[in-house]
Amino acid sequence: MLSNLKPAVMMLLLLTTLTGVIYPALVTAFAQAFYPDKANGSLIKDQQGTLLGSTLIGQPFSDPKYFWGRASATSPYPYNAAASSGSNLGPTNPALADAVKGRIDALQAFDPDNKTPVPVDLVTASGSGLDPHISPASADYQVNRIAKVRKIDPEKLRDLVQSHTEGRQWGVLGEPRVNVLTLNLAMDAIH
Amino acid sequence: MTSQGFMQIALYVITLLLLAKPLGIYMARVYQDEPVGLNRWFAWVEKILYRFSGVKPEQEMRWTQYAIAMLVFNLLGLLAVYALQRFQDILPLNPQALPAVSPDSSFNTAVSFATNTNWQGYSGEATMSYLTQMLGLTVQNFVSAASGMAVLVALIRGFIRRNTETIGNFWVDMTRSTLYILMPLSLILALVLVGQGVVQTFKPYQTVNLQQAVSYQAPKLDADGKIVTDAEGKPVTETVETNEQTLALGPAASQIAIKQLGTNGGGFFNVNSAHPFENPTPLSNFLEMLAILLIPAALCYTFGVMIGDTRQGWAILAAMTLVFVALIAVTVPAEQSGNPSLSALGVDQAAAAQQPGGNMEGKEARFGVVNSALWAVATTAASNGSVNSMHDSFTPIGGMVPMWLIQLGEVIYGGVGSGLYGMIVYALIAVFIAGLMIGRTPEYLGKKVEAFEVKMSAIVILIPPLMVLAGTAIALMMDAGKASIFNPGAHGFSEVLYAFSSAGNNNGSAFGGISANVPFYNFMLGMAMLFSRYWLMIPVLAIAGSLAAKKTVPVGPGTLSTHTPLFVMLLIGTVLMVGALTFVPALALGPVVEHLQMIGHK
Repeated sequence: MLSNLKPAVMMLLLLTTLTGVIYPALVTAFAQAFYPDKANGSLIKDQQGTLLGSTLIGQPFSDPKYFWGRASATSPYPYNAAASSGSNLGPTNPALADAVKGRIDALQAFDPDNKTPVPVDLVTASGSGLDPHISPASADYQVNRIAKVRKIDPEKLRDLVQSHTEGRQWGVLGEPRVNVLTLNLAMDAIH
Repeated sequence: MTSQGFMQIALYVITLLLLAKPLGIYMARVYQDEPVGLNRWFAWVEKILYRFSGVKPEQEMRWTQYAIAMLVFNLLGLLAVYALQRFQDILPLNPQALPAVSPDSSFNTAVSFATNTNWQGYSGEATMSYLTQMLGLTVQNFVSAASGMAVLVALIRGFIRRNTETIGNFWVDMTRSTLYILMPLSLILALVLVGQGVVQTFKPYQTVNLQQAVSYQAPKLDADGKIVTDAEGKPVTETVETNEQTLALGPAASQIAIKQLGTNGGGFFNVNSAHPFENPTPLSNFLEMLAILLIPAALCYTFGVMIGDTRQGWAILAAMTLVFVALIAVTVPAEQSGNPSLSALGVDQAAAAQQPGGNMEGKEARFGVVNSALWAVATTAASNGSVNSMHDSFTPIGGMVPMWLIQLGEVIYGGVGSGLYGMIVYALIAVFIAGLMIGRTPEYLGKKVEAFEVKMSAIVILIPPLMVLAGTAIALMMDAGKASIFNPGAHGFSEVLYAFSSAGNNNGSAFGGISANVPFYNFMLGMAMLFSRYWLMIPVLAIAGSLAAKKTVPVGPGTLSTHTPLFVMLLIGTVLMVGALTFVPALALGPVVEHLQMIGHK
């Protein structure tokens, strides 16, 4: 037992230096040298240098003039990027159906003429609570509402959505998606 | 399933199988001390490690010595992680000034990372300083994985050697696993992940502006900063408005790479690989998912090379892959079919070109249903336990499959090292059962399987179910156990069963609604993790020692071939039989009941 103590202590110290100090330091040095923007959080700046957000982290929108993102279960407020969290509501938990119903009602309150079924990703909470994307269907669902509030041509808005839609990566991986924050920023910049 | 979904799954499985052979050959060379290219650059590092530690690399160990070295090393690592958490408030690299972690949570996390489980009772960005994440958690991600690989290599030597007492040197096997396999692969993966947008920085959390201010209820504070309470002692809340968002950052990419490759699974952030800074794009998702199963699958080939018969390795890999693919084919459609109670509200859950559809609660838009369900199956087939979606919100059947995969004992690929040594133990049981049927002394790879090996195998197979079922039963009989349940009804039972399944098989994923960061669960799950790791490793090493001491029997006309489709089926049958007989009653009370309630609700 004791004869193993010295190798164990020394091995732990040396491997800690190797894998806990040198390895992360090496990755950090590379990251900061070659991908400084990405390594520091993919931040969005305006011309004055004010930080408007991150392209990877969603923000809460509830004003009808904006596209709304996924529901967020972070606390104490949605899209709290210092405390990521999903809702963890089970499929048969009545609280899930209640929450979804509340979101549908909120959408329809500003858009009473829209009778189409609501795309599921628009009324369910994301896994991280920080999801920056919605599906193209969810964006399309909101176009008429926003066009009416902003008094612009819905077709122009659809073109803008199209230009903020990412397809499957390499044509295969993942799902088509729309970045809500950058889309809203682009909309504010135009109108 | 959509054709797009089918293509993504096929691409994943094929890539995995294509990589198994080259990486398998490489790892075999590492363990057989043959030149691998990298040792031209790193041989001096290896030598320094041995010299300063007083390790003589050529000194062979008996199985008892090997086990003691492994246990002492793991215990020290556990103590180091515990100490780092308890003192992180006074240690450097803590830009958010996070306080010391509580004793029970520190114990649970230290056990969790030393045992390669990476169950996370805590929330990463709100609990752990950068120093704790690096020096504690990242280091254990490497060495706990390397410990598992070392035990596997020792077991393989048991089959190769004859009439000898020794099975190798733990320090050498562990060091070489870290230096030549885990570190280079992690370095490559970490760099690619950074290129996709995973954060890697020592800067403090970043505050940015919100485009639309948000108001929320916060506890009211008095002039001294204490929470104001009303007449009943409840905190008084007030409406607060904020127009700022704080982005949690940190040296994440380096840790995420090894947490995927070492089947660890402990995320840098609370929501693990669902977090956009931990898994930003579909490509990062594909690579992280590939990294989950890469080494466990390749080790099958390594095993074949080392015993001098690659067909044996392919047979085991085939058995694992068949179960894996079959269970993907259950989970993905279950999640894609969505939730009937939402359809009733007028929600569109049909998959189409413009939307993923299906059960999107707890899933990310960039991954959709297919990549979330595929990840869930991969992470529970391996003892990884990282998640890119919230398993607690899966449909009953979609959530049952991951839970059952864990309960099968983490042998469908399984953990690095631990998955294959678990599967080899199942192979011993399979030849034993076959031997009983045909009336011959069972043999596997030229070694007679006798009473001692079968007894040890029985311990390996019985300890995890004992931890899972007894732990769940105790928790449900106690108020402290029931108080942590989040979802009502059958699903609440599933949360507890999943927690003990995960800890009792060193997986680490969770039905996350359960409030596990309380003294009761921190202790109970910590004990389950400890027993299920080391009381499997010790009997496995005992088998290795016993096999090494035996002579090799030549293949005769009555020898059962263990590389044929027949044996693959026998092996699968043994795994599924044990898993089904042990856990179907418990699963019937949870996911099965809930499924019936859900479809009956239509």
